[in-house]
Amino acid sequence: MMDFSAFIDQIWIARYVILKGLGITISISALSIIAGSLLGVLVGLSLVYGNRFLRLVVRAYTDFIRGTPVLVLVLASYYVLSTIGIELGPLQAGVLALAIFCSSHVGEIVRGGLQAIPQGQTEAAKAIGLTFRQTFAYVLWPQALRQFLPAWVNTAAEMVKASTLLSVIGVAELLLRTQEIISRNFMSLQFYFFAGLLYFVINYGIERFGKYVERKTAVPS
Amino acid sequence: MSKVLLEIQGLRKQYGIVEVLKGVDCTMREGEVISIIGSSGSGKTTMLRCINMLEEFQGGRIRLENEDIGYEQAGGVRKRKSEKDIARQRALTGMAFQQFNLFPHMTAAQNIMLGLVKVKKMPRDQARSVAEKWLDRVGLASRADHYPGQLSGGQQQRVAIARAIAMAPRLMLFDEVTSALDPELVGEVLQVINGLAADGMSMLLVTHEMRFAYEVSSRVIFMNQGVICEEGAPKEMFVNPKTERLAEFLKTSSFN
Amino acid sequence: MGYTLNFAAVWRSFDQLLEGLALSLGLAFVSILIGAAIGLLVAFALIARSGWIKRPAATYVTIIRNLPILVLVLFAYFALPQLGVRIGKMESFVAVLSIYSGAYLAEVFRAGLVSIPRGLTEAGLAIGLTPMQIRVSIIVPLMLRNVLPSLSSTVISLFKDTSLAAAIAIPELTFEARKINVESFRVIETWIVASGLYVTTCSVLAVLMRVVERHLAVPR
Repeated sequence: MMDFSAFIDQIWIARYVILKGLGITISISALSIIAGSLLGVLVGLSLVYGNRFLRLVVRAYTDFIRGTPVLVLVLASYYVLSTIGIELGPLQAGVLALAIFCSSHVGEIVRGGLQAIPQGQTEAAKAIGLTFRQTFAYVLWPQALRQFLPAWVNTAAEMVKASTLLSVIGVAELLLRTQEIISRNFMSLQFYFFAGLLYFVINYGIERFGKYVERKTAVPS
Repeated sequence: MSKVLLEIQGLRKQYGIVEVLKGVDCTMREGEVISIIGSSGSGKTTMLRCINMLEEFQGGRIRLENEDIGYEQAGGVRKRKSEKDIARQRALTGMAFQQFNLFPHMTAAQNIMLGLVKVKKMPRDQARSVAEKWLDRVGLASRADHYPGQLSGGQQQRVAIARAIAMAPRLMLFDEVTSALDPELVGEVLQVINGLAADGMSMLLVTHEMRFAYEVSSRVIFMNQGVICEEGAPKEMFVNPKTERLAEFLKTSSFN
Repeated sequence: MGYTLNFAAVWRSFDQLLEGLALSLGLAFVSILIGAAIGLLVAFALIARSGWIKRPAATYVTIIRNLPILVLVLFAYFALPQLGVRIGKMESFVAVLSIYSGAYLAEVFRAGLVSIPRGLTEAGLAIGLTPMQIRVSIIVPLMLRNVLPSLSSTVISLFKDTSLAAAIAIPELTFEARKINVESFRVIETWIVASGLYVTTCSVLAVLMRVVERHLAVPR
């Protein structure tokens, strides 16, 4: 059966490979979260404040993205971009796909947060003479932010999980590195378990952080 | 005199370290209508809920028609009866709640039929006619296929009473059934209870409606801080309270 | 760019894509059904008073929710045989997706359960129903009605997760699309049609769920 010390030896041998994979996983996730969130805020704002045409276009965009599996987005981004002459490596193509996926998620969260604010808030702000810009900056956005910050933190965990899909197009992130290691030592049970453990630790950390943010951002009442 | 229906001896109940019932003794005969009055926190609702084991109790015994409710003594050890036994015993009493608690996904008739079909194993068509009979009795024959959300509070409470009474219980328990109702809807519910009293149904009512308690009850129990403080015929109780506490309570409650 | 869209090659292989879609739907259907059974049991465990019942259930949900499903899929397919568990790739994928959906559905069901007023259970007890009868006739039907709106997005997301089966060469929609992509070189067309099929299926699922929701809604 399992020889535990042999397993530890193998981890030690592969330590740099694992760490590199972990580094790539974290970079992919971080990049796609940042890019996806920036895009997502624009998506959310368009859905709430855009004119009819913009709303329609952005709604079609989010519906399309949310109706497509992330793996399909990743594969399509990888194959399609090179066909139309945009030479991106698998890493860039993958991050682009994840960022697009992230943007539709964040867009929905932002939209939900803004629309949850009672109409009376805008009216009250108008009544004291604030412009729309001021209303948004001082009244609406701070309230929406509290509302969606916890959900946004959880999106981060989703992105870490989704980053594993980049292994399919050959990005050497943690899961692909794990597969490489397994192809050398055949310890698939131990190393998949180990990879699972690493992902769990990262995501569980994010989840706890989300709970913490939820407590911190709660409006005192 | 009619035979004894319910016997409560030394009933004690605590939540953690707070003692809510500190030894309640009470005997009820068949056909009696007893109102339990008292301020909130006096333990009156808790006592009612012990009778059908919606609350567990730690001391004393409750006997309904000479059968111990909820617990049995086996070799000197007090043991909770099986869920099945308790379910059977609960069907011997009917209960109407302050919040009606109708099942929102079932029509008025289905609410009544559920217990008949699942507990009494009655065929569905027979259960349906029993349900219709009781809906008619509470004046809601035309609402049989309405859902609770489509009925007023007073109508919901009447369906809830019909649901309990259709099980042909030996004893009906009413837990502040008019407290959640708009004032103009209280009358129709009290009228239903009055009708049941006239039929000779044995009933225990926890109520804030002093006027109603005075009119409908054969006996009134005044509870205070977990014990029965005073009991007697409504005329004596309301006109000449013997204890200071009851006099005080009646002064602050609207008996007019 | 000079690229002209030409769907002819994709249309020729359209049957293949449809077969893939049918398999995707089949995988999702079976897994979600098993997952719902797991989720229901776990949801009741999550609201149990006893820590001995609650803790294992909560641990299961936390572990599954924090693991990438691809790791689970690969683990079940490549690592389990090492433990002497020999099952086909279909079975292993259905097992993974069932266990995975069980955790997500448990959360959805739990939220539905806690929103049911305690008084309804008491009313059931008062007419002499046993706790099991109350669960079957009152709690579960009401819970399902409560959760239908959030169930819809969970079901759709689980359907999309069937695309992961491509990673272990199960010929579902994503796998077929990739194959056609490689064979026909009509890259853009292939992915437009494949994601179009996914989007359409998701919309149809959403509409179906809304119809069920409206049909089951408690009249008021």
